[in-house]
Amino acid sequence: MEAFGLLLHGFAVLLTWKTLALMMLGLVLGIFVGVLPGLGGPNGVAILLPLTFTMDPTSAIVMLSCIYWGALFGGAITSILFNIPGEAWSVATTFDGYPMAQQGRAAEALTAAFTSSFIGSLAAVLLITFLAPLISSFALKFGPPEFFAVYLLTFCSFVGLGREAKHKTVISMTLGLLLAGIGMDTVSGQLRMTFGSSELLRGINFLVAVIGLFGISEILLTMEERLALRGHAAAISLRVVLSVWKDLPKYWMTLLRSSVIGCWLGITPGGAIAASFMGYNLAKRFAKDQDSFGKGRIEGVFAPETAAHASGTSALLPMLALGIPGSGTAAILLGGLMVWGLNPGPLLFVEHKDFVWGLIASMYLGNVVGLVLVLTTVPVFASVLRVPFAAVAPMIVVSCAIGAYAIQNAMFDIWLMLGFGVVGYVFKKIGIPLAPLTLALVLGSRAEDAFRLSMIGSGGDIKVFWSNYLVGSITTLAIALLFWPLIDKGLGGVRLLWQPGKV
Amino acid sequence: MSDTDIEIIVDDPTAPEDDSPAVTSGRAVDAVVSLLLLALAMTLGYDNWRTGIAWDATGPQPGYFPFYLSVVLAGASLYGLLAAFLSRKAAEPFVTRAQIRRVMAVFVPTLLFCLVTQFLGLYVASFLLIGGFMRFVGKIALWKSLLTAFVFTAIMFVTFDIMFDVIMPKGPLEAALGY
Repeated sequence: MEAFGLLLHGFAVLLTWKTLALMMLGLVLGIFVGVLPGLGGPNGVAILLPLTFTMDPTSAIVMLSCIYWGALFGGAITSILFNIPGEAWSVATTFDGYPMAQQGRAAEALTAAFTSSFIGSLAAVLLITFLAPLISSFALKFGPPEFFAVYLLTFCSFVGLGREAKHKTVISMTLGLLLAGIGMDTVSGQLRMTFGSSELLRGINFLVAVIGLFGISEILLTMEERLALRGHAAAISLRVVLSVWKDLPKYWMTLLRSSVIGCWLGITPGGAIAASFMGYNLAKRFAKDQDSFGKGRIEGVFAPETAAHASGTSALLPMLALGIPGSGTAAILLGGLMVWGLNPGPLLFVEHKDFVWGLIASMYLGNVVGLVLVLTTVPVFASVLRVPFAAVAPMIVVSCAIGAYAIQNAMFDIWLMLGFGVVGYVFKKIGIPLAPLTLALVLGSRAEDAFRLSMIGSGGDIKVFWSNYLVGSITTLAIALLFWPLIDKGLGGVRLLWQPGKV
Repeated sequence: MSDTDIEIIVDDPTAPEDDSPAVTSGRAVDAVVSLLLLALAMTLGYDNWRTGIAWDATGPQPGYFPFYLSVVLAGASLYGLLAAFLSRKAAEPFVTRAQIRRVMAVFVPTLLFCLVTQFLGLYVASFLLIGGFMRFVGKIALWKSLLTAFVFTAIMFVTFDIMFDVIMPKGPLEAALGY
């Protein structure tokens, strides 16, 4: 197995004291960020990104991905103990996790949550280990038309499969693509949409936008809500952990089902939220006594957590193999790659073997270390919630500003961040999704380049996107996905015609 | 339950009241945002048209791709505008008066923080923001507020400017101290 050998090499890259220390630091920061109200995975990674600017890429990505794992673990703590889902995908965890905590089974619920997160991530990492090299070596044959078709597929699937109002997804996406186009045009060198401003010459930096859209806006949103909370934090004893683990085999079907759902939805964009609910609902549907769900059933914790983490992790697969992030956080990591001078995409597997396999190895190791860390330190992190928000909020604002400034050493970026904060706040309140905007911002210039290069290659003939079976089927699939709601309705109609008696 | 069990209670005395009147409805904001986006799309579209949206010998001109994006954005905003006007759903409040008061309590200090950063440097602004926010918005004891602000700012300075060599904007105070 070639992948296995490379993975071992990745572990060798990783096993230095410095990297391990960074890993621990990343995990602690991540759990911290996950527990705090008004912060979460993407925000945490975006704010802490500047810390890594002066590191070498491998250390940097190890630390960042550990922040991400930590944030995922941290979200489970607040959902179960305080009924506060830190992230939308933790909502399903509160259904059974919080009742369990109220019945005094908090330790059990937390163990279940952490263990299933671990299992979900592990399933996804295994998938990445063996599938990503295959996909990337396949994608090495891609030319500009194929790449544009894949970008188109990503954008179209957001519009077609997203649950938000379609026009709002389109608004968010086109806005992101337009903002990405501001500044110097990479093909002709001409200036676009700068309106004579020298500040806009550099273009709008993706990370500055993200820090504003997620960090600042989240602080504003959090202040709107009642911040009171009440709950118990119990230390997890080894006895509880072992008793939960002893029962694990009983739930193998739930775990497997959720892992598969998670991996599948994670690869398609925007899946973690859908995955956690789907995992929960399926576990409920297949259970013998459905009424006991929602009243503190351990499967109700296993199912959504496994699915959410499997999808959160497998979202990194398309990012590594194709350079297309499957989630907001993956998009931010991708932005990080570009800061460190790495070009995301299939060539990464050829040119930066150390980096890619170091990252994959860090997913294994980070999850194991993270599991041990959270199991032993829950009460400490739960007490973080005692820190008043009035102290936390300004610190987050300062961290955001440091992050935004550090990227290009520009004061203008701090103002830009503030502007994006307001935009993010308003957009979230009126239901314009932010994930397509993030994705479009990070992919925009590359999508445009791919489009223009294929047009130049074909002499302006749009048929280039159907010039061979591969690109033709991707493009057709993209367009089908764009109109998926209509097609789905149409198919439903046809099905009704076929089976008029039933339904 | 084990004896290491700790109870965590956090109260929020200044929480927004539930019955506070709405400042504006979600639908109104929807319409305004759609209008703004429409204006933005037209501005950007015009600029791209000026840059060149046609094809020349080397393929599409620089304005081609963004021009059509602005067209799509304009279309989607128009649709959003119509949808906001034609919506029959009961108007949900966009934000209540009590909520906007709390949001402003964060937004205004953040705005001031950016202004101070521009003129006095980030670290002074950070100290003022944290200290001031904790004292006046959080009603936390003065010495605690100032101490927290100082410690946090100092940690940031050591971490970024000294350890990681990420240089932040500075003002007269840092200059006086020799940085």
